[in-house]
Amino acid sequence: MRIKIHVWRQSNRTDRGEMKSYDLEGLSPDMSFLEMMDQLNEKLTGNGEEPVAFDHDCREGVCGSCSMVINGEAHGPKSETTTCQLYMRHFEDGAEVFVEPWRARSFPVVRDLVVDRSAFDRIIQAGGFVSNHSGPKPEPNSIPIEPGIAETALDAASCIGCGACVAACPNGSAMLFTAAKSAHLGMLPQGQTERFDRAKDMVDKMESEGFGSCRNYAECEAQCPKGISIAFIGRLNADYLKATMIEPIDRRGKMHAQ
Amino acid sequence: MNRLAAIYSSNLGKKVIAAVTGLILFGFIAGHVAGNLKVFTGSTPDGLPHIDEYAHFLREVGVPLVPHNMVIWSARIVLLLAVIMHIAVVIQLAMQSAEARPIGYVKTKRKMASPAALYMMFSGGLIAFFIVFHLLHFTVGALPLGEFQEGEVYRNLHSSFSADYWYVSLFYIITMVVIGLHLNHGLWSLFQTLGLDNPDRNKIIRLGSTVTTVLIIAGFIAIPLAFLTGQMPPVEEAYQAIAPPNH
Repeated sequence: MRIKIHVWRQSNRTDRGEMKSYDLEGLSPDMSFLEMMDQLNEKLTGNGEEPVAFDHDCREGVCGSCSMVINGEAHGPKSETTTCQLYMRHFEDGAEVFVEPWRARSFPVVRDLVVDRSAFDRIIQAGGFVSNHSGPKPEPNSIPIEPGIAETALDAASCIGCGACVAACPNGSAMLFTAAKSAHLGMLPQGQTERFDRAKDMVDKMESEGFGSCRNYAECEAQCPKGISIAFIGRLNADYLKATMIEPIDRRGKMHAQ
Repeated sequence: MNRLAAIYSSNLGKKVIAAVTGLILFGFIAGHVAGNLKVFTGSTPDGLPHIDEYAHFLREVGVPLVPHNMVIWSARIVLLLAVIMHIAVVIQLAMQSAEARPIGYVKTKRKMASPAALYMMFSGGLIAFFIVFHLLHFTVGALPLGEFQEGEVYRNLHSSFSADYWYVSLFYIITMVVIGLHLNHGLWSLFQTLGLDNPDRNKIIRLGSTVTTVLIIAGFIAIPLAFLTGQMPPVEEAYQAIAPPNH
């Protein structure tokens, strides 16, 4: 099969960048999208041009490295699928394919399709952890957890941190990522201790990183390669509200009678 | 106060302010449509349309415990503050969100976001304009769109929504549809923002928001539509006292 591919080319962080078009022929429908990109790069290298830089690692849909907006959708047209698990058979022969990097001020383009996602790392550093000492390996059933809650926490934990939610959100908000990373700890007994501080610290960090605010479009859920639900955003909203409005500030203060 | 400042200083908190003020404004709209429907219930035996009686009642609520006009002005102040806060936080959020994506996409495809959600700023802008227009039209009587007699609500409605001013009715009806779109997203959205929605309730909250919106908007639209199509009793009839029965 053949396609016409339009790719964002930008040589470094300060370059203005532009869309460039290439014709590719002799593709197999069984090629993955990234293999097609490899083929494009073979061709460009053969012509003495710079290959297209793009992030990839495991190529089996679990690492969260690949990051392309394909025809206006994060990770392309197939729902709950990362770019690396997208195949050329999902496109028509002769199709025009637009490939762009994640677009967000907090995800600056490093080169071509590679963006700097370290803002996500800083959100995790702000509170996406449990600081209880884990001690020696405990007896597995020593802390009872309701299976439904454990499964829901696992749903949140299936976030691979790829950033598709930010790329898909009309406002460039990172709420789905922050909510998932806050919920997969905050739903479990081990994560209760810091639950409200975690919600507040992670949201405050997310906002200071310059992500937009959530407008409840649910576009993130629709384009998330793991299909993570905006129910976690509602949960984060509730936790944040409780952390800000209800949790005591002066826990140990003295009081006077009147 | 520290907590309110903390809420206001964060974007998530600003959304909460938008949700709570939106809920207040929704409460007003629900009360407004209920009152408006009195236009269809006729007149008192001494020739006072129920809608005029209701308008008078709004000025006299709580009298003699509180002074004349006290309750209506308190409500107006609360609503004005709610509108100002709603608009102020939403503009701040929109500006901040616009900065979050300085370079847009060549191709954009939406899988889930509804037009109502995507155009909330547009519908909100039209509503803000409509509020000013509507107050000038039926509260102050400063617009040359039909007759205006203070306190004679039925007469004013009959005149402004007559076929002579068909474009007034048209504008009201179109605006009501836009308010409906705004409400349909906003009503559900406030539950999500306050963290009250979850998968167990999602369907019922969304259905409830849509049904409430449709009922409210149908109630509002019925009024200009009924006058425009000549379904309503003429002014003289509405203000005519029924002669006491002869004994």
